[in-house]
Amino acid sequence: MSALGKNMMLLLAGAVLLMVAPAFIVSKFYIDVLTLIFFTAYLGQSWNILGGYAGQFSFGGVMFFGTGAYASSILLTTFGVPPIIGIVVAIFAGALLGFIVGFMSFRSGLKGSYFALITLAFAELLRVLANSVEFTGGGVGLFLKYAPGLSNLQFETPTGFYYFALLLLFISIAIALWLERSRFGAQLVAIRENEDAAEALGINTLRCKIYAIMIMGAMGGAAGTFYAQKYLYLDPPIAYSIHLSVEMLLVTIVGGMGTVFGPLIGAFVLHVVNEIARHFIDTPGLSLIVYGFILIIIISYLPNGLIGMFKKKLKQTDASALDKLKSDQGDGNA
Amino acid sequence: MLNVSGVTKRFGGLTAVSSVDLNVQEGEIVSLIGPNGAGKTTLFAMVAGFLKCDEGQVTFDQVSINGMKPHQISKLGMVRTFQITQPFAGLTTLENIMVGAYSNTSDSEVAREKAEKVAETVGMKSLLSQGADGLTVAGRKRLELARALATDPKLLLLDEVMAGLNPTEIDEIVAVIKSIRATGVTIFLIEHVMKAVMNLSDRTYVLNDGKLIASGTPSTVAEDPQVIEAYLGHGAAEAMVAKS
Ligand SMILES: Nc1ncnc2c1ncn2[C@@H]1O[C@H](COP(=O)(O)OP(=O)(O)O)[C@@H](O)[C@H]1O
Ligand SMILES: [Mg+2]
Repeated sequence: MSALGKNMMLLLAGAVLLMVAPAFIVSKFYIDVLTLIFFTAYLGQSWNILGGYAGQFSFGGVMFFGTGAYASSILLTTFGVPPIIGIVVAIFAGALLGFIVGFMSFRSGLKGSYFALITLAFAELLRVLANSVEFTGGGVGLFLKYAPGLSNLQFETPTGFYYFALLLLFISIAIALWLERSRFGAQLVAIRENEDAAEALGINTLRCKIYAIMIMGAMGGAAGTFYAQKYLYLDPPIAYSIHLSVEMLLVTIVGGMGTVFGPLIGAFVLHVVNEIARHFIDTPGLSLIVYGFILIIIISYLPNGLIGMFKKKLKQTDASALDKLKSDQGDGNA
Repeated sequence: MLNVSGVTKRFGGLTAVSSVDLNVQEGEIVSLIGPNGAGKTTLFAMVAGFLKCDEGQVTFDQVSINGMKPHQISKLGMVRTFQITQPFAGLTTLENIMVGAYSNTSDSEVAREKAEKVAETVGMKSLLSQGADGLTVAGRKRLELARALATDPKLLLLDEVMAGLNPTEIDEIVAVIKSIRATGVTIFLIEHVMKAVMNLSDRTYVLNDGKLIASGTPSTVAEDPQVIEAYLGHGAAEAMVAKS
Protein backbone atom coordinates (compact mmCIF):
# COMPACT_ATOMS: atom_id res chain seq x y z
CA MET A 1 0.00 0.00 0.00
CA SER A 2 1.30 3.47 -0.80
CA ALA A 3 2.16 5.82 2.05
CA LEU A 4 -0.74 8.02 1.01
CA GLY A 5 -3.18 5.13 1.07
CA LYS A 6 -1.88 4.05 4.45
CA ASN A 7 -2.33 7.55 5.87
CA MET A 8 -5.81 7.68 4.41
CA MET A 9 -6.68 4.39 6.15
CA LEU A 10 -5.32 5.64 9.47
CA LEU A 11 -7.32 8.82 9.08
CA LEU A 12 -10.50 6.93 8.36
CA ALA A 13 -9.90 4.57 11.27
CA GLY A 14 -9.43 7.54 13.60
CA ALA A 15 -12.59 9.18 12.29
CA VAL A 16 -14.63 6.00 12.76
CA LEU A 17 -13.23 5.58 16.26
CA LEU A 18 -14.35 9.07 17.24
CA MET A 19 -17.73 8.47 15.64
CA VAL A 20 -18.47 5.30 17.59
CA ALA A 21 -16.78 6.42 20.82
CA PRO A 22 -20.00 7.70 22.49
CA ALA A 23 -21.42 4.18 22.35
CA PHE A 24 -18.68 3.06 24.73
CA ILE A 25 -18.42 6.11 26.95
CA VAL A 26 -21.12 6.06 29.62
CA SER A 27 -19.95 9.09 31.55
CA LYS A 28 -21.54 12.36 30.42
CA PHE A 29 -18.50 14.07 31.90
CA TYR A 30 -16.11 12.44 29.45
CA ILE A 31 -18.42 13.13 26.53
CA ASP A 32 -18.38 16.78 27.55
CA VAL A 33 -14.61 16.82 27.89
CA LEU A 34 -14.22 15.32 24.42
CA THR A 35 -16.72 17.81 23.02
CA LEU A 36 -14.68 20.63 24.48
CA ILE A 37 -11.47 19.15 23.08
CA PHE A 38 -13.00 19.02 19.58
CA PHE A 39 -14.28 22.55 19.95
CA THR A 40 -10.88 23.88 21.02
CA ALA A 41 -9.12 21.87 18.32
CA TYR A 42 -11.50 23.36 15.76
CA LEU A 43 -10.78 26.90 16.94
CA GLY A 44 -7.08 26.03 17.07
CA GLN A 45 -7.27 24.94 13.44
CA SER A 46 -8.88 28.24 12.48
CA TRP A 47 -5.96 30.00 14.14
CA ASN A 48 -3.56 27.56 12.48
CA ILE A 49 -4.65 28.51 8.97
CA LEU A 50 -3.57 32.11 9.41
CA GLY A 51 -0.91 31.60 12.09
CA GLY A 52 0.53 28.18 11.34
CA TYR A 53 0.27 28.02 7.56
CA ALA A 54 0.44 31.69 6.56
CA GLY A 55 2.69 32.70 9.48
CA GLN A 56 0.54 35.62 10.65
CA PHE A 57 0.10 35.31 14.41
CA SER A 58 -3.03 36.77 15.94
CA PHE A 59 -3.78 37.46 19.61
CA GLY A 60 -7.40 38.34 18.98
CA GLY A 61 -8.77 35.24 17.30
CA VAL A 62 -11.74 35.28 19.65
CA MET A 63 -13.24 38.24 17.78
CA PHE A 64 -14.67 35.97 15.07
CA PHE A 65 -16.09 33.57 17.61
CA GLY A 66 -17.75 36.37 19.54
CA THR A 67 -19.10 38.08 16.46
CA GLY A 68 -20.54 34.82 15.14
CA ALA A 69 -22.06 34.05 18.52
CA TYR A 70 -23.72 37.46 18.67
CA ALA A 71 -24.85 37.28 15.06
CA SER A 72 -26.86 34.08 15.40
CA SER A 73 -27.98 34.80 18.98
CA ILE A 74 -29.31 38.27 18.17
CA LEU A 75 -31.03 36.92 15.08
CA LEU A 76 -32.65 34.30 17.28
CA THR A 77 -33.66 36.41 20.26
CA THR A 78 -34.64 39.55 18.37
CA PHE A 79 -35.95 38.24 15.06
CA GLY A 80 -36.71 34.62 15.82
CA VAL A 81 -34.39 33.38 13.07
CA PRO A 82 -33.54 29.72 13.75
CA PRO A 83 -29.86 29.07 14.53
CA ILE A 84 -29.50 26.66 11.62
CA ILE A 85 -29.85 29.76 9.43
CA GLY A 86 -28.16 31.88 12.08
CA ILE A 87 -24.98 29.82 11.82
CA VAL A 88 -24.75 30.63 8.10
CA VAL A 89 -25.06 34.32 8.91
CA ALA A 90 -22.45 33.84 11.67
CA ILE A 91 -20.08 32.29 9.14
CA PHE A 92 -20.52 35.22 6.79
CA ALA A 93 -20.20 37.71 9.65
CA GLY A 94 -16.92 36.11 10.72
CA ALA A 95 -15.61 36.14 7.16
CA LEU A 96 -16.63 39.76 6.70
CA LEU A 97 -14.91 40.77 9.93
CA GLY A 98 -11.86 38.82 8.74
CA PHE A 99 -11.92 40.77 5.50
CA ILE A 100 -12.15 44.11 7.31
CA VAL A 101 -9.35 43.33 9.77
CA GLY A 102 -7.20 41.71 7.10
CA PHE A 103 -7.67 44.48 4.58
CA MET A 104 -6.90 47.20 7.11
CA SER A 105 -3.85 45.60 8.67
CA PHE A 106 -2.26 43.66 5.80
CA ARG A 107 -2.71 46.45 3.29
CA SER A 108 -0.79 48.80 5.52
CA GLY A 109 1.91 46.16 5.76
CA LEU A 110 1.44 45.14 9.39
CA LYS A 111 3.37 42.03 10.31
CA GLY A 112 4.63 40.06 13.26
CA SER A 113 3.86 41.45 16.67
CA TYR A 114 2.23 44.55 15.19
CA PHE A 115 -0.37 42.44 13.44
CA ALA A 116 -0.84 40.28 16.54
CA LEU A 117 -1.46 43.36 18.67
CA ILE A 118 -3.86 44.91 16.17
CA THR A 119 -6.01 41.76 16.32
CA LEU A 120 -5.95 41.96 20.10
CA ALA A 121 -7.02 45.59 19.87
CA PHE A 122 -9.89 44.67 17.53
CA ALA A 123 -11.12 41.99 19.91
CA GLU A 124 -10.98 44.39 22.85
CA LEU A 125 -12.70 47.09 20.85
CA LEU A 126 -15.53 44.71 19.98
CA ARG A 127 -15.85 43.65 23.61
CA VAL A 128 -16.23 47.26 24.70
CA LEU A 129 -18.68 47.91 21.86
CA ALA A 130 -20.75 44.84 22.72
CA ASN A 131 -20.88 46.08 26.28
CA SER A 132 -22.12 49.53 25.38
CA VAL A 133 -24.75 48.97 22.70
CA GLU A 134 -28.28 47.85 23.34
CA PHE A 135 -28.94 45.13 20.78
CA THR A 136 -26.31 42.82 22.29
CA GLY A 137 -28.00 42.97 25.66
CA GLY A 138 -25.01 45.00 26.89
CA GLY A 139 -23.45 43.88 30.12
CA VAL A 140 -26.54 41.90 31.10
CA GLY A 141 -25.98 39.57 28.20
CA LEU A 142 -28.27 37.43 26.09
CA PHE A 143 -30.20 34.47 27.44
CA LEU A 144 -31.09 31.80 24.93
CA LYS A 145 -33.94 29.34 25.37
CA TYR A 146 -33.29 25.65 25.52
CA ALA A 147 -35.45 24.05 22.87
CA PRO A 148 -33.77 20.94 21.50
CA GLY A 149 -34.12 20.38 17.79
CA LEU A 150 -31.94 20.44 14.72
CA SER A 151 -33.16 23.85 13.60
CA ASN A 152 -32.03 25.23 16.97
CA LEU A 153 -28.75 23.29 16.80
CA GLN A 154 -29.59 22.06 20.28
CA PHE A 155 -29.70 18.47 21.43
CA GLU A 156 -31.29 16.49 24.19
CA THR A 157 -28.13 14.73 25.22
CA PRO A 158 -24.46 15.72 25.46
CA THR A 159 -23.90 13.17 22.69
CA GLY A 160 -25.74 15.44 20.26
CA PHE A 161 -23.33 18.27 20.93
CA TYR A 162 -20.48 15.77 20.75
CA TYR A 163 -21.43 14.96 17.17
CA PHE A 164 -21.91 18.64 16.32
CA ALA A 165 -18.41 19.40 17.60
CA LEU A 166 -17.03 16.34 15.82
CA LEU A 167 -18.54 17.56 12.56
CA LEU A 168 -16.85 20.93 13.04
CA LEU A 169 -13.59 19.13 13.78
CA PHE A 170 -13.87 17.01 10.62
CA ILE A 171 -14.53 20.10 8.53
CA SER A 172 -11.50 21.87 10.01
CA ILE A 173 -9.28 18.86 9.33
CA ALA A 174 -10.60 18.64 5.78
CA ILE A 175 -9.66 22.29 5.28
CA ALA A 176 -6.15 21.66 6.61
CA LEU A 177 -5.75 18.58 4.41
CA TRP A 178 -6.81 20.64 1.44
CA LEU A 179 -4.22 23.29 2.34
CA GLU A 180 -1.53 20.61 2.44
CA ARG A 181 -2.26 19.60 -1.13
CA SER A 182 -3.43 22.74 -2.85
CA ARG A 183 -1.80 25.69 -4.52
CA PHE A 184 -3.42 28.03 -2.03
CA GLY A 185 -1.84 26.15 0.86
CA ALA A 186 1.57 26.22 -0.82
CA GLN A 187 1.18 29.95 -1.35
CA LEU A 188 0.34 30.54 2.32
CA VAL A 189 3.40 28.56 3.38
CA ALA A 190 5.54 30.49 0.90
CA ILE A 191 4.30 33.73 2.47
CA ARG A 192 5.17 32.39 5.90
CA GLU A 193 8.65 31.38 4.84
CA ASN A 194 9.55 34.46 2.82
CA GLU A 195 7.11 37.10 1.74
CA ASP A 196 9.39 38.93 -0.70
CA ALA A 197 10.26 35.73 -2.50
CA ALA A 198 6.58 34.84 -2.65
CA GLU A 199 5.76 38.17 -4.30
CA ALA A 200 8.64 37.77 -6.72
CA LEU A 201 7.17 34.45 -7.84
CA GLY A 202 3.83 36.03 -8.65
CA ILE A 203 1.91 35.41 -5.45
CA ASN A 204 -0.57 38.13 -4.54
CA THR A 205 0.47 38.01 -0.90
CA LEU A 206 -2.08 40.58 0.24
CA ARG A 207 -4.96 38.66 -1.29
CA CYS A 208 -3.78 35.31 0.05
CA LYS A 209 -3.46 36.66 3.59
CA ILE A 210 -6.90 38.22 3.39
CA TYR A 211 -8.38 34.92 2.16
CA ALA A 212 -6.66 33.12 5.04
CA ILE A 213 -8.04 35.46 7.70
CA MET A 214 -11.48 35.22 6.07
CA ILE A 215 -11.41 31.43 6.37
CA MET A 216 -10.32 31.82 9.98
CA GLY A 217 -13.17 34.27 10.51
CA ALA A 218 -15.77 32.03 8.89
CA MET A 219 -14.70 29.10 11.06
CA GLY A 220 -14.71 31.23 14.21
CA GLY A 221 -18.19 32.47 13.38
CA ALA A 222 -19.60 28.95 13.26
CA ALA A 223 -17.90 28.14 16.57
CA GLY A 224 -19.70 31.10 18.12
CA THR A 225 -23.10 29.73 17.20
CA PHE A 226 -22.13 26.31 18.51
CA TYR A 227 -21.09 27.76 21.83
CA ALA A 228 -24.15 29.96 22.26
CA GLN A 229 -26.56 27.11 21.50
CA LYS A 230 -24.74 24.83 23.91
CA TYR A 231 -24.27 27.14 26.87
CA LEU A 232 -27.37 29.33 26.27
CA TYR A 233 -25.78 32.50 27.55
CA LEU A 234 -23.61 35.17 26.00
CA ASP A 235 -22.10 38.37 27.35
CA PRO A 236 -19.16 40.51 26.20
CA PRO A 237 -16.51 38.95 28.51
CA ILE A 238 -17.46 35.48 27.23
CA ALA A 239 -17.85 36.46 23.58
CA TYR A 240 -14.56 38.33 23.42
CA SER A 241 -12.50 36.63 26.11
CA ILE A 242 -8.74 36.87 25.82
CA HIS A 243 -8.65 33.44 27.41
CA LEU A 244 -10.11 31.85 24.28
CA SER A 245 -7.78 33.82 22.00
CA VAL A 246 -4.89 32.40 23.99
CA GLU A 247 -6.30 28.89 24.02
CA MET A 248 -6.59 28.66 20.27
CA LEU A 249 -3.02 29.70 19.66
CA LEU A 250 -1.80 27.64 22.57
CA VAL A 251 -3.24 24.30 21.44
CA THR A 252 -1.78 24.92 17.99
CA ILE A 253 1.69 25.83 19.24
CA VAL A 254 1.72 22.89 21.65
CA GLY A 255 0.56 20.42 19.01
CA GLY A 256 2.52 21.86 16.11
CA MET A 257 1.90 24.91 13.94
CA GLY A 258 1.29 24.45 10.25
CA THR A 259 0.35 20.79 10.66
CA VAL A 260 -2.99 19.10 10.08
CA PHE A 261 -3.25 17.42 13.48
CA GLY A 262 -1.31 19.86 15.65
CA PRO A 263 -4.39 21.66 17.00
CA LEU A 264 -6.18 18.40 17.83
CA ILE A 265 -3.18 16.89 19.59
CA GLY A 266 -2.52 20.13 21.42
CA ALA A 267 -6.16 20.44 22.50
CA PHE A 268 -6.17 16.86 23.73
CA VAL A 269 -2.97 17.20 25.73
CA LEU A 270 -3.89 20.56 27.23
CA HIS A 271 -7.36 19.51 28.30
CA VAL A 272 -6.16 16.26 29.80
CA VAL A 273 -3.35 17.98 31.69
CA ASN A 274 -5.81 20.60 32.78
CA GLU A 275 -8.34 18.08 34.08
CA ILE A 276 -5.64 16.20 35.96
CA ALA A 277 -4.29 19.41 37.49
CA ARG A 278 -7.80 20.38 38.53
CA HIS A 279 -8.14 17.06 40.26
CA PHE A 280 -5.36 18.00 42.66
CA ILE A 281 -5.75 21.73 43.13
CA ASP A 282 -9.03 23.35 42.28
CA THR A 283 -8.49 27.08 42.19
CA PRO A 284 -9.90 29.52 39.65
CA GLY A 285 -7.38 30.54 37.03
CA LEU A 286 -5.48 27.30 37.43
CA SER A 287 -5.79 26.50 33.74
CA LEU A 288 -3.96 29.72 32.86
CA ILE A 289 -1.10 28.78 35.13
CA VAL A 290 -0.95 25.30 33.65
CA TYR A 291 -1.11 26.71 30.13
CA GLY A 292 1.63 29.19 30.85
CA PHE A 293 3.84 26.46 32.20
CA ILE A 294 3.27 24.17 29.24
CA LEU A 295 3.82 27.00 26.78
CA ILE A 296 7.18 27.85 28.31
CA ILE A 297 8.30 24.23 28.11
CA ILE A 298 7.12 23.76 24.54
CA ILE A 299 8.61 26.99 23.22
CA SER A 300 11.92 26.34 24.97
CA TYR A 301 12.34 22.70 24.07
CA LEU A 302 9.93 21.84 21.25
CA PRO A 303 9.62 24.79 18.89
CA ASN A 304 7.80 22.58 16.40
CA GLY A 305 5.37 21.26 18.97
CA LEU A 306 4.59 17.68 19.86
CA ILE A 307 4.18 16.67 16.23
CA GLY A 308 7.59 18.17 15.47
CA MET A 309 9.06 15.98 18.20
CA PHE A 310 7.58 12.82 16.69
CA LYS A 311 8.69 13.76 13.21
CA LYS A 312 12.24 14.28 14.48
CA LYS A 313 12.19 10.89 16.19
CA LEU A 314 10.99 9.33 12.97
CA LYS A 315 13.77 10.98 11.00
CA GLN A 316 16.33 9.81 13.54
CA THR A 317 15.17 6.22 13.29
CA ASP A 318 15.21 6.53 9.49
CA ALA A 319 18.75 7.83 9.63
CA SER A 320 19.97 5.15 12.02
CA ALA A 321 18.34 2.48 9.86
CA LEU A 322 20.18 3.91 6.88
CA ASP A 323 23.47 3.91 8.81
CA LYS A 324 22.88 0.31 9.75
CA LEU A 325 22.17 -0.56 6.14
CA LYS A 326 25.39 1.12 5.06
CA SER A 327 27.49 -0.63 7.69
CA ASP A 328 25.86 -3.94 6.74
CA GLN A 329 26.84 -3.38 3.14
CA GLY A 330 30.31 -2.41 4.32
CA ASP A 331 30.55 -5.73 6.17
CA GLY A 332 29.40 -7.54 3.07
CA ASN A 333 32.15 -5.97 1.01
CA ALA A 334 34.83 -6.74 3.56
CA MET B 1 11.04 44.23 -24.28
CA LEU B 2 12.23 46.13 -21.19
CA ASN B 3 12.61 49.88 -21.36
CA VAL B 4 13.98 51.95 -18.53
CA SER B 5 14.11 55.70 -18.99
CA GLY B 6 15.26 58.39 -16.63
CA VAL B 7 14.90 56.18 -13.58
CA THR B 8 16.09 57.69 -10.32
CA LYS B 9 16.08 56.47 -6.73
CA ARG B 10 17.13 58.42 -3.68
CA PHE B 11 17.65 57.13 -0.17
CA GLY B 12 17.66 60.25 1.95
CA GLY B 13 20.60 62.28 0.69
CA LEU B 14 22.08 59.42 -1.33
CA THR B 15 21.11 59.08 -4.99
CA ALA B 16 21.48 55.32 -5.43
CA VAL B 17 20.28 55.34 -9.05
CA SER B 18 20.49 58.49 -11.08
CA SER B 19 18.49 59.00 -14.27
CA VAL B 20 19.29 55.66 -15.85
CA ASP B 21 18.22 54.78 -19.41
CA LEU B 22 18.58 51.26 -20.70
CA ASN B 23 16.74 48.60 -22.64
CA VAL B 24 16.70 44.85 -23.12
CA GLN B 25 15.52 43.34 -26.41
CA GLU B 26 13.82 40.01 -26.75
CA GLY B 27 16.22 37.08 -26.97
CA GLU B 28 19.23 38.97 -25.63
CA ILE B 29 21.45 38.35 -22.67
CA VAL B 30 22.25 41.78 -21.27
CA SER B 31 24.46 42.36 -18.27
CA LEU B 32 24.71 45.19 -15.81
CA ILE B 33 28.06 45.57 -14.10
CA GLY B 34 29.57 48.01 -11.69
CA PRO B 35 31.37 48.19 -8.38
CA ASN B 36 29.70 47.39 -5.08
CA GLY B 37 27.21 50.02 -4.09
CA ALA B 38 26.81 51.26 -7.67
CA GLY B 39 23.04 50.85 -7.48
CA LYS B 40 22.57 47.68 -9.52
CA THR B 41 20.35 45.85 -7.04
CA THR B 42 18.38 49.02 -6.41
CA LEU B 43 17.72 49.34 -10.13
CA PHE B 44 16.51 45.73 -10.29
CA ALA B 45 14.30 46.28 -7.29
CA MET B 46 12.63 49.22 -9.04
CA VAL B 47 12.21 47.37 -12.31
CA ALA B 48 10.63 44.39 -10.50
CA GLY B 49 8.28 46.59 -8.46
CA PHE B 50 9.91 46.12 -5.05
CA LEU B 51 10.89 49.78 -4.85
CA LYS B 52 9.09 52.83 -6.22
CA CYS B 53 10.99 54.96 -8.73
CA ASP B 54 11.36 58.54 -7.57
CA GLU B 55 11.51 59.57 -11.22
CA GLY B 56 11.39 57.89 -14.60
CA GLN B 57 9.46 55.30 -16.52
CA VAL B 58 9.71 51.54 -16.78
CA THR B 59 7.85 49.66 -19.50
CA PHE B 60 7.73 45.95 -20.12
CA ASP B 61 6.34 44.74 -23.45
CA GLN B 62 5.13 48.30 -24.09
CA VAL B 63 3.13 48.28 -20.85
CA SER B 64 3.99 50.87 -18.22
CA ILE B 65 4.71 49.02 -15.01
CA ASN B 66 5.37 51.98 -12.74
CA GLY B 67 3.43 51.50 -9.54
CA MET B 68 2.64 47.84 -10.20
CA LYS B 69 3.06 45.30 -7.41
CA PRO B 70 5.89 42.77 -7.70
CA HIS B 71 3.47 39.89 -8.17
CA GLN B 72 1.74 41.69 -11.03
CA ILE B 73 5.05 42.27 -12.78
CA SER B 74 5.98 38.67 -12.14
CA LYS B 75 2.73 37.57 -13.76
CA LEU B 76 3.52 39.71 -16.81
CA GLY B 77 6.60 37.53 -17.25
CA MET B 78 9.45 39.49 -15.69
CA VAL B 79 10.79 37.61 -12.67
CA ARG B 80 13.72 38.54 -10.45
CA THR B 81 16.06 36.56 -8.24
CA PHE B 82 17.67 37.91 -5.10
CA GLN B 83 21.37 38.63 -4.63
CA ILE B 84 20.97 37.69 -0.98
CA THR B 85 19.21 34.39 -1.57
CA GLN B 86 15.70 34.18 -0.15
CA PRO B 87 14.84 30.49 0.01
CA PHE B 88 11.67 29.19 1.64
CA ALA B 89 13.93 27.78 4.30
CA GLY B 90 11.51 25.36 5.92
CA LEU B 91 10.64 23.70 2.61
CA THR B 92 12.42 21.21 0.40
CA THR B 93 14.00 22.08 -2.92
CA LEU B 94 11.05 20.54 -4.72
CA GLU B 95 8.52 22.48 -2.68
CA ASN B 96 10.47 25.68 -3.28
CA ILE B 97 10.43 25.23 -7.03
CA MET B 98 6.79 24.16 -7.00
CA VAL B 99 5.84 27.57 -5.58
CA GLY B 100 7.22 29.07 -8.77
CA ALA B 101 5.50 26.46 -10.92
CA TYR B 102 2.14 27.22 -9.28
CA SER B 103 2.34 30.57 -11.04
CA ASN B 104 0.80 28.96 -14.12
CA THR B 105 -1.25 26.08 -12.75
CA SER B 106 -3.35 25.27 -9.73
CA ASP B 107 -2.87 21.53 -10.26
CA SER B 108 -0.27 20.24 -7.83
CA GLU B 109 0.65 17.29 -10.07
CA VAL B 110 1.33 19.59 -13.00
CA ALA B 111 3.33 21.88 -10.69
CA ARG B 112 5.34 18.95 -9.39
CA GLU B 113 6.19 17.73 -12.89
CA LYS B 114 7.15 21.23 -13.95
CA ALA B 115 9.33 21.63 -10.84
CA GLU B 116 11.08 18.35 -11.51
CA LYS B 117 11.76 19.34 -15.10
CA VAL B 118 13.17 22.71 -14.02
CA ALA B 119 15.29 21.01 -11.36
CA GLU B 120 16.79 18.89 -14.10
CA THR B 121 17.54 21.97 -16.21
CA VAL B 122 19.43 23.68 -13.39
CA GLY B 123 21.08 20.49 -12.16
CA MET B 124 19.24 20.07 -8.87
CA LYS B 125 17.55 16.78 -9.59
CA SER B 126 19.40 14.95 -6.84
CA LEU B 127 18.58 17.66 -4.29
CA LEU B 128 14.79 17.63 -4.69
CA SER B 129 14.00 16.27 -1.25
CA GLN B 130 16.77 18.23 0.46
CA GLY B 131 15.67 20.99 2.84
CA ALA B 132 16.43 24.41 1.36
CA ASP B 133 18.11 25.51 4.59
CA GLY B 134 20.70 22.76 4.13
CA LEU B 135 21.80 23.84 0.65
CA THR B 136 25.29 25.18 -0.10
CA VAL B 137 25.76 28.68 -1.50
CA ALA B 138 25.84 27.24 -5.00
CA GLY B 139 22.70 25.26 -4.26
CA ARG B 140 20.87 28.32 -3.02
CA LYS B 141 21.86 30.32 -6.09
CA ARG B 142 20.57 27.56 -8.30
CA LEU B 143 17.39 27.38 -6.30
CA GLU B 144 16.80 31.11 -6.85
CA LEU B 145 17.23 30.50 -10.56
CA ALA B 146 15.07 27.38 -10.56
CA ARG B 147 12.14 28.96 -8.72
CA ALA B 148 12.13 31.95 -11.06
CA LEU B 149 12.44 29.72 -14.11
CA ALA B 150 9.54 27.57 -12.96
CA THR B 151 7.19 30.55 -13.42
CA ASP B 152 7.89 30.37 -17.18
CA PRO B 153 9.20 33.94 -17.39
CA LYS B 154 9.77 35.91 -20.57
CA LEU B 155 12.52 37.95 -18.96
CA LEU B 156 14.69 36.75 -16.08
CA LEU B 157 16.40 39.30 -13.84
CA LEU B 158 19.36 37.55 -12.26
CA ASP B 159 21.12 39.37 -9.43
CA GLU B 160 24.65 38.02 -8.97
CA VAL B 161 23.80 34.35 -9.32
CA MET B 162 27.52 33.60 -9.62
CA ALA B 163 28.79 35.51 -6.61
CA GLY B 164 30.44 33.24 -4.07
CA LEU B 165 30.77 30.28 -6.43
CA ASN B 166 34.00 28.51 -7.34
CA PRO B 167 35.17 28.42 -10.99
CA THR B 168 33.68 24.99 -11.68
CA GLU B 169 30.33 26.03 -10.24
CA ILE B 170 30.46 29.22 -12.30
CA ASP B 171 31.08 27.27 -15.50
CA GLU B 172 28.13 25.05 -14.66
CA ILE B 173 25.75 27.91 -14.02
CA VAL B 174 26.93 29.75 -17.15
CA ALA B 175 26.02 26.66 -19.13
CA VAL B 176 22.65 26.57 -17.41
CA ILE B 177 21.97 30.23 -18.24
CA LYS B 178 22.93 29.62 -21.87
CA SER B 179 20.57 26.68 -22.07
CA ILE B 180 17.78 28.79 -20.58
CA ARG B 181 18.34 31.46 -23.21
CA ALA B 182 18.26 28.78 -25.87
CA THR B 183 14.68 28.02 -24.83
CA GLY B 184 13.70 31.59 -25.70
CA VAL B 185 13.95 33.30 -22.32
CA THR B 186 15.50 36.76 -22.35
CA ILE B 187 18.05 37.41 -19.61
CA PHE B 188 19.15 40.56 -17.82
CA LEU B 189 21.82 39.89 -15.26
CA ILE B 190 23.81 41.75 -12.71
CA GLU B 191 27.24 40.28 -12.42
CA HIS B 192 30.57 40.83 -10.86
CA VAL B 193 32.36 37.87 -12.36
CA MET B 194 34.07 39.26 -15.44
CA LYS B 195 34.73 36.00 -17.19
CA ALA B 196 31.07 35.13 -17.04
CA VAL B 197 30.04 38.50 -18.43
CA MET B 198 32.41 38.17 -21.37
CA ASN B 199 31.20 34.72 -22.09
CA LEU B 200 27.54 35.32 -21.72
CA SER B 201 26.31 38.75 -22.60
CA ASP B 202 25.44 40.26 -25.93
CA ARG B 203 25.54 43.73 -24.41
CA THR B 204 26.74 45.25 -21.17
CA TYR B 205 25.82 48.35 -19.21
CA VAL B 206 28.21 49.78 -16.64
CA LEU B 207 26.84 51.55 -13.59
CA ASN B 208 28.98 53.63 -11.26
CA ASP B 209 27.74 55.76 -8.38
CA GLY B 210 24.19 55.36 -9.66
CA LYS B 211 25.00 56.63 -13.16
CA LEU B 212 25.43 54.71 -16.39
CA ILE B 213 28.94 55.37 -17.60
CA ALA B 214 29.17 53.02 -20.57
CA SER B 215 27.29 50.51 -22.64
CA GLY B 216 27.90 48.26 -25.62
CA THR B 217 29.40 44.89 -26.33
CA PRO B 218 31.50 43.53 -23.48
CA SER B 219 34.74 44.01 -25.34
CA THR B 220 34.10 47.67 -26.27
CA VAL B 221 32.97 48.37 -22.73
CA ALA B 222 36.12 46.79 -21.37
CA GLU B 223 38.20 49.11 -23.56
CA ASP B 224 36.28 52.22 -22.55
CA PRO B 225 38.75 54.42 -20.65
CA GLN B 226 36.02 55.75 -18.40
CA VAL B 227 35.12 52.25 -17.35
CA ILE B 228 38.72 51.29 -16.81
CA GLU B 229 39.25 54.46 -14.83
CA ALA B 230 36.14 54.17 -12.70
CA TYR B 231 35.81 50.53 -12.15
CA LEU B 232 37.94 47.88 -13.72
CA GLY B 233 41.52 48.99 -13.27
CA HIS B 234 44.11 48.30 -15.95
CA GLY B 235 44.81 44.72 -15.05
CA ALA B 236 41.21 43.66 -15.21
CA ALA B 237 40.58 45.45 -18.49
CA GLU B 238 43.51 43.76 -20.14
CA ALA B 239 42.46 40.43 -18.72
CA MET B 240 38.98 40.90 -20.15
CA VAL B 241 40.25 41.81 -23.60
CA ALA B 242 42.71 38.97 -23.53
CA LYS B 243 40.02 36.46 -22.75
CA SER B 244 37.54 37.68 -25.35
N1 LIG C 1 16.91 50.36 1.41
C1 LIG C 1 17.98 51.19 1.36
N2 LIG C 1 18.06 52.25 2.18
C2 LIG C 1 19.12 53.09 2.14
N3 LIG C 1 20.17 52.94 1.32
C3 LIG C 1 20.17 51.89 0.48
C4 LIG C 1 19.07 50.95 0.46
N4 LIG C 1 19.34 50.01 -0.48
C5 LIG C 1 20.53 50.34 -1.00
N5 LIG C 1 21.04 51.46 -0.45
C6 LIG C 1 22.28 52.13 -0.82
O1 LIG C 1 22.22 52.40 -2.20
C7 LIG C 1 23.45 52.17 -2.82
C8 LIG C 1 23.30 51.15 -3.94
O2 LIG C 1 23.12 49.86 -3.38
P1 LIG C 1 22.88 48.59 -4.26
O3 LIG C 1 21.81 48.89 -5.24
O4 LIG C 1 22.67 47.44 -3.37
O5 LIG C 1 24.26 48.44 -5.01
P2 LIG C 1 24.87 47.22 -5.83
O6 LIG C 1 23.81 46.19 -6.00
O7 LIG C 1 25.32 47.83 -7.11
O8 LIG C 1 26.03 46.71 -5.03
C9 LIG C 1 24.42 51.73 -1.72
O9 LIG C 1 25.15 52.85 -1.29
C10 LIG C 1 23.50 51.25 -0.64
O10 LIG C 1 24.07 51.41 0.63
MG1 LIG D 1 23.77 44.23 -5.44
